[in-house]
Parts: sequence; structure tokens; C-alpha cells
Amino acid sequence: MSSLPDRRKVVVTGIGAVTPLGIGATTLHDRWADGVVGIEDGAGRSREFAPEDHLSIKEARRLDRFAQFALVAAGEALAQAGWDGEPPYDPLTVGCVMATGIGGQNSVETQLDVMRAKGAKAVSPLGIPQYMPNAAAAAVTMKHHLQGQSYGVVSACASGAHAVGSALRMIQYGDAEAVVCGGTEATLTDFAFACFGNMQALSVSGFSRPFDLRRDGFVMGEGSGVLVLEEAEAAAARGATVLAEIVGYGSTTDAHHLTAPEPTGGPASRAIELAMRDAAAQPDEVDYINAHGTSTQLNDAAETAAIKRALGDQAKRIPVSSTKSSIGHLLGAAGAVEAVATVRTLITGVIAPTLGYEVPDPKLDLDYVPGESRALITGNGHPPLALSNSFAFGGHNVTLAVRGAPK
Amino acid sequence: MSVTTEQVEGRVVETLASFGPDASQITRSATFEELDIDSLDLVELAQVVEEEYGVVLKGEDMKELKTVGDAVDLIVERAG
Repeated sequence: MSSLPDRRKVVVTGIGAVTPLGIGATTLHDRWADGVVGIEDGAGRSREFAPEDHLSIKEARRLDRFAQFALVAAGEALAQAGWDGEPPYDPLTVGCVMATGIGGQNSVETQLDVMRAKGAKAVSPLGIPQYMPNAAAAAVTMKHHLQGQSYGVVSACASGAHAVGSALRMIQYGDAEAVVCGGTEATLTDFAFACFGNMQALSVSGFSRPFDLRRDGFVMGEGSGVLVLEEAEAAAARGATVLAEIVGYGSTTDAHHLTAPEPTGGPASRAIELAMRDAAAQPDEVDYINAHGTSTQLNDAAETAAIKRALGDQAKRIPVSSTKSSIGHLLGAAGAVEAVATVRTLITGVIAPTLGYEVPDPKLDLDYVPGESRALITGNGHPPLALSNSFAFGGHNVTLAVRGAPK
Repeated sequence: MSVTTEQVEGRVVETLASFGPDASQITRSATFEELDIDSLDLVELAQVVEEEYGVVLKGEDMKELKTVGDAVDLIVERAG
């Protein structure tokens, strides 16, 4: 592969999350590491989220639940970054990329009901601003006065990871000094359950147990993950605390089937390789993989194949665990929430397990971190390096490479 | 059906309060700008008014409205 041009370094200075485990990035990783499962009755609902705890009446009624989640996660991430109300850079150089798989599903359904009951004239003027997939990006920019590039990203279950990758490139190539990026999703409606259920993607048992022989589909969840990325020198100049460095991004497409992954894991493995190339890292440097690990038969097999193909004989050494075992599949938010969990893994040095993994599938032979949390071990004395995979319906593949902050 | 100014005012205040501003701030002389009530809010208010009183308020009607009192008076006038 050809060499890459010199590009600016990008660091993470803030993270935030709203998930079925509660409010907060620390809550997410701590509870997952403690073995807590946020799934109840076959759904990963963000039960601890109450809009009135975080948002004004106006914000709450103008924003669909998916955008509300993003606003709260972004607020946490920016508070940690210490931005204190205004960006520390020219606002025109601060971007925002906020992904979603679907957008304001609840609002679409509500307004359709209104139209069917009372006619077209009764449909709310807030319908479009509530359900447009870019509503979360718009809400975050308005709240925090971010005037650089901003947009939504839509690539189903890879959306959140694409958002982080897009933000990384934006800063690397000088289009922004900082970007607030992430993903958000709120689709726990009867309609969405019917759609995903009828395509036989959802778990019938209601258990999310990635890589386990008994896995029978994903468990749908909701929530948001947000990261504040800054150009490294600018972050250092303002005295920001660096949480981690985003060192690589790779993305490919299966071009194979609408919903099934390409079974050999070829294009997905290429995404991993591209992220590694971006990071200028070798397979023996990878200390942890946060898997896409959906708990579907097809994903977990194809992902295992992709990891082995990309990392060769190092694959079996590397601990691989799935956040979805604790919170379910947050669709367009998943990649961002899992990037947040990966950053927490690097900060704490604690690898959370793949919960519910008890019966190994003889065909899947990586170290899926069964049972309990374990210490993140780095072999070479350098800051630890982690990968986070996201693979989507539609065949979109993304891998992010994240390095721990230097001690 | 005739409605009183008090009835309309009560309904308008209640509706506007559900959009965000504190009910105590919503006086007849308060401007929509002060209350952070924008054009989207006014369309919603018009929908409530139409359903409640059968009064149709169009975009050009709304543009002229500056204060809560302006809106109440227009609705009462049209309903009467």
C-alpha cells in the first residue's frame, strides 16, 4: 500500500454517553466491566434518561428522543473537555458530525398517527425538524455554538464509527480544529421491532450473547455516544487533558448483500488493515479489540473471519469483547458508544468481558473475554492500542484505531 | 359560538406555556421575541386555535402579531 501524507494528530478530550446502563461514559464502562446487563425484556432501553433532568421544556419538545440523547451526551463530553459554554477556538473552525441509523422514528410515527386521526392540517410544523436525521447535529451545534462543518452521517450500524472517522479526517486535513462527533439512536418502537423482527435479525430469546454458540440475533438498544476530538497541538496549547488519540480509520464496503455480511470477511478485514495502516501499527501492537459482536450468527462468524484475516497469527492473542453483550445493539449510535467504551478501556486499563458468553462456538476461536473483566496488558511499554469494529446492514465496514494517552 | 377575551387569553397562555416560557412571564404585553416564541411555535398555536375556536390564522396574520395581546385580540375578533 502506498504511504500516507503527513497529517495532523487528533486527540480525544471529552467523552459522553447515554446508554441502557445509565447516564455517562464512566457509568457505561464501569457497569459493563462489573457485569451489569442493561437489557430488559428483550430491549436495551435507556431507562435512567429523563429529558427534564437535562433539557429545557423547549429543547425537550422540539427534539426527538434520538436528538435529546445526543444533546445530553455532547453536554457531558464538552464539560469534560472543559469548553465551558463556548468553543476554545474560532467557532467557524469547530465541526460537528452526529450519526444516526434512522433518525426521529418516534416523531414520524406520532405525526403519522396525527395525520390519520385528524387530517394533514393537524400535522405538527415540528415534524420535519424532529425526524430529519441531521436533527441531532443541528441541535448540538446550536446549543454549543459550533459553526464549522456539520452534518449527519447515515450508514446503519456503522454510522457512529463513520462519524468519528469523518471527524478525524476533518481535523487531520485542516478543515477543523476540533469536532464534536458521535452517534445516537432511539428506535424502540413497536414498528421498528416489527421491521427488525420480521427480517429475523432480532434475538428471539432476548439475550445478547455475542460469539456464543446459542446466539440468536441482536437485541435492539437506544442511546448515544459523543466524543470531542481536537487537533493535538491546539489541545496541548490550551492545556487540555488528553484522554486518548484516534490514530486510525479504515472503511470499506461488502457490495454483497443488503443485510448479510460478506462471509469470508474480506472487505471487513480490509477495513481493519486500513485502520492499522493509518495508525502505522503492526498486528503485534494491538492490545484489545472492541468487536461489533452483534450476537447474530452471521456477523459474529464473519467478524471473527475478518479479524483473523487482518491480524493473522496475532488474532488469537488479542482479547476481543463486545459492548453489545451489556447494552444490546444501539444501531447508528453503536460505533460511537463503543468508541467511548474503548477510550474508557484505555484509560482504566480494564477490559470488560463479553457477558453471557458461556458456550463456545467451535467455529469461532478467538479470545472473547468470557466471564470477568481483566487487565489490559500492553506488551511493548507504549500506550495501549485498541481497535473498534462496526459493520452494517448495507455492507458498510468501519474500523477505528485508538491509542491510549501517553502516561 | 362566542368566546370571551378571558377564555381565549387563558387558552393562549396555557398553550404558549407548554412551548417553554414560564406562565408568569406570559402577559398581554409580553412580546413573542421576549418569550422566545418563534414562527414554528406560532404555527402550532394557530393549529390549537383552529381546533378550539374554528379560527384560521394564516402566515400573513401571524406576521403582524408582536405581543400575546395582539394574538388574543385577533382570535377574539375572528371568533366573534
